[in-house]
Parts: sequence; structure tokens; C-alpha cells
Amino acid sequence: MCLCIFGFDLFCSIINCVFKRFVEIGRVAFIAFGPHEGKLVAIVDVIDQNRALVDGPCTGVKRQAMPFKCLQLTDYVIKVPHSARQKYVRRAWEKAEINKKWEESSWAKKIEARKKRATMSDFDRYKVMKAKKMRNKIIKHELKKLQKAASQKKA
Amino acid sequence: MSGARGSIKEGDQKKKARKHGSRNPVLVRGIGRYSRSAMYARRAMYKRKTKAPVTKVEKKIKERAPAKVVKTVGGDKNGGTRVVKLRKLPRYYPTEDVPRKLRSHGIKPFSQHRRKLRKSISPGTVLILLTGRHRGKRVVFLKQLGTGLLLVTGPLALNRVPLRRAHQKFCIATTTKVDISSVKIPKTLTDTYFKKKKLRRPKHQEGEIFDTEKEKYQLTEQRKADQKAVDSQLLPLIKKVPQLKGYLRSTFCLSNGVYPHKLVF
Repeated sequence: MCLCIFGFDLFCSIINCVFKRFVEIGRVAFIAFGPHEGKLVAIVDVIDQNRALVDGPCTGVKRQAMPFKCLQLTDYVIKVPHSARQKYVRRAWEKAEINKKWEESSWAKKIEARKKRATMSDFDRYKVMKAKKMRNKIIKHELKKLQKAASQKKA
Repeated sequence: MSGARGSIKEGDQKKKARKHGSRNPVLVRGIGRYSRSAMYARRAMYKRKTKAPVTKVEKKIKERAPAKVVKTVGGDKNGGTRVVKLRKLPRYYPTEDVPRKLRSHGIKPFSQHRRKLRKSISPGTVLILLTGRHRGKRVVFLKQLGTGLLLVTGPLALNRVPLRRAHQKFCIATTTKVDISSVKIPKTLTDTYFKKKKLRRPKHQEGEIFDTEKEKYQLTEQRKADQKAVDSQLLPLIKKVPQLKGYLRSTFCLSNGVYPHKLVF
């Protein structure tokens, strides 16, 4: 997470780049903790070293200041001028279809899977165990077949 | 005092003769002219000494209820009987501001205790037994018995847990439920049915003091019949839910990374 007002040369040479996601106007961020935990917002402006003006019209977050500490940058950027009004942030967000892209990303899918696992009942855990067992059996079976074929080929 | 005549006699004598006023003139309010004995003579009470034949009824009323009861007491070498007073002296004399409550105020005998059942446990819930020889087994809850214990069955064919009682505190209630509304549980399954039989008459110093007669549990035909009756209704309901049969056959255990306080049952 680095403030990139001076341009990319400071941190990123063309080939060897440590940081890939930068705080910039329009960067979509994921809120990691706090009252809006789990929602996406767009960084609309930078207030000072620790805070950003943030807005999430399509995700239910009112325009507000938010510390960088609770933001986690995503890969998405929307095209929006700094301090743009909510209407335009919403327009840009919907044009870029951020919500849809987010749902398809593996980050969101992992969060969803974690939630499901946490609410599994004892019976569900049993069913998962049985399903895993069957799956591994099938995989092992196929593997054994291939191994046998390979060993036979050698011989 | 000795003023007016008895009102009971008024009604009687109305037919016969007009009632006489008071034969005892008033001197001052509350004081009559004649004394009690003089009035006795003036009213001719000596002529009116009829005694009602009350003897038998009176005798019956006179018999008071017994004040003491002799009760037998079990155990030996304690006299065998106790004398219990039925009309006890009051335990409170109004010298104190508030009557003192007995030390046993509000203490009820076990049979009158209020039985509670956790909200998560309802008929048909799958429970995980935590103690006893069937610990870890998943079992179907049928109903709560009179003493508060839970009536539970394996079913026997799935996990060898028979119709048995389980203690609420030593069960985990899962959220899995079987619809048991159509299952009829025989009315004979009560606490006395399941109570352990004690057949031990200790003959003191007969050599083998610890030789209890009924150490081994004997299966009775009635138990088998009841088990069959309940299980035959339960098993088809269980078979309807996919994988529930295998679930009831399996046992619950903890392993690395599994924390009970984080699990949703």
C-alpha cells in the first residue's frame, strides 16, 4: 500500500515491480474491519497520510473519510476525477461492472466459502466428509490406472 | 342479659299465644329490676327443662380426630415407628414484625420440581451423547420423561443404542431434526420402566459383602418388543432423508483444529 502521487518510477521499474496495486483516485478497495466490514468502496480523494475520502454508492457505504489501515486494495480501478460527486462515482462503477467482477473473483469466492464453512452443521460436516472421501477415491483410482498403464508401457 | 325472650321461641309460640314482653322492668339502661335467679323463677324456667335426645349425635361429634399418628419407618435398629403429631403448635407468635419463613420455604420435593428442556431440543432432534458407554454416538430424541430425563433411541439397528434415558446436560443438540409427529411411543415407557432394579438384601457379615446379585443386565422380552415397535416406525422416516442413516451410524469425535466453541452443531 503506497501513495503514488509522484508517479510510478519511484517504486516500479518496468520489469521489477514489488507493488502492483496503488492507492489512486478511483482505486476500488475492500474494507477489512469496522462497521462496513466486507464492502467495496472507491477511493475518491486523499485527505492526509492516513485517511482517504471514500465512497461506495453501489455497495451501501456513504461517502466518508476512512483510514487506510482498514482498506485493502483490489485490482479494480474506476475512471473518476478526484472529489467527484457520488452520482459520477456510481456511474463509473456501474460502467465498469465492478460488482459483477468482484463476485467472480477468487477473493470473493474464498470469503463466501469461509462463511459457508463456519455455518456448517454437524450433519453437513458429515456429508462433506463423505463427499471428499468419494472424490479422493475416484482420483486415486484414476491415478492408479495411469500408473499401471505407465508401468506396463515400460515393461 | 335477661331481657327479651329467645327469638327462636317467638316463632313457635306465635300460633299458641301472644308473646309476653319483658318480665324484667328496666331501672337504668343496662340494669334490670330482678336478678338472674329471680328471673329464672318469674319466667318459670323450672317448667321448661326439656333435654333434646342429642346423645348419639353428640357422642359422635365429641369424638375428636386423633392428635397423633404412629407411622412405620424403614431401616433397622431404629425402633421401627415414629409418633407424628397432627395438630402442631404454631411456629409463629405475633411478637415479630413479619412472620419468619421456614428454612425450607419454597423447597419442593424432587417430584414437584419444574422440568426444563433446552429450546434446541425438540422431539426428533439428533443428539450427540457425551457420557456413558454410548459416548460420541448420534441418537434420535423421542420425548422428555417425568423426571426430566430424555428418552432416546439409536435406533438400535443403526448404532446399537436401545431405548434409553439420557441426561439433558450431557447431550449436544444438533440442528438436524427428523419429523417424528407420526411416531407413536408406547405409554408404558416411563421412568419406572427404565429404573435400575436393586435386588440387594445385605445380610451383614455373610462373608461376601460385595457380591451383588443382579450385576448383569438381563434383556426382557418386553424391552425387545418396545424397541421393535418404536424402531419400525422410525427407520422408514430416517431412510427418507438422504445420508441420515450413515450419519446416525457414525460417531462424533474431535480432531486437530476442531474447536467445539467454534462449531455450529
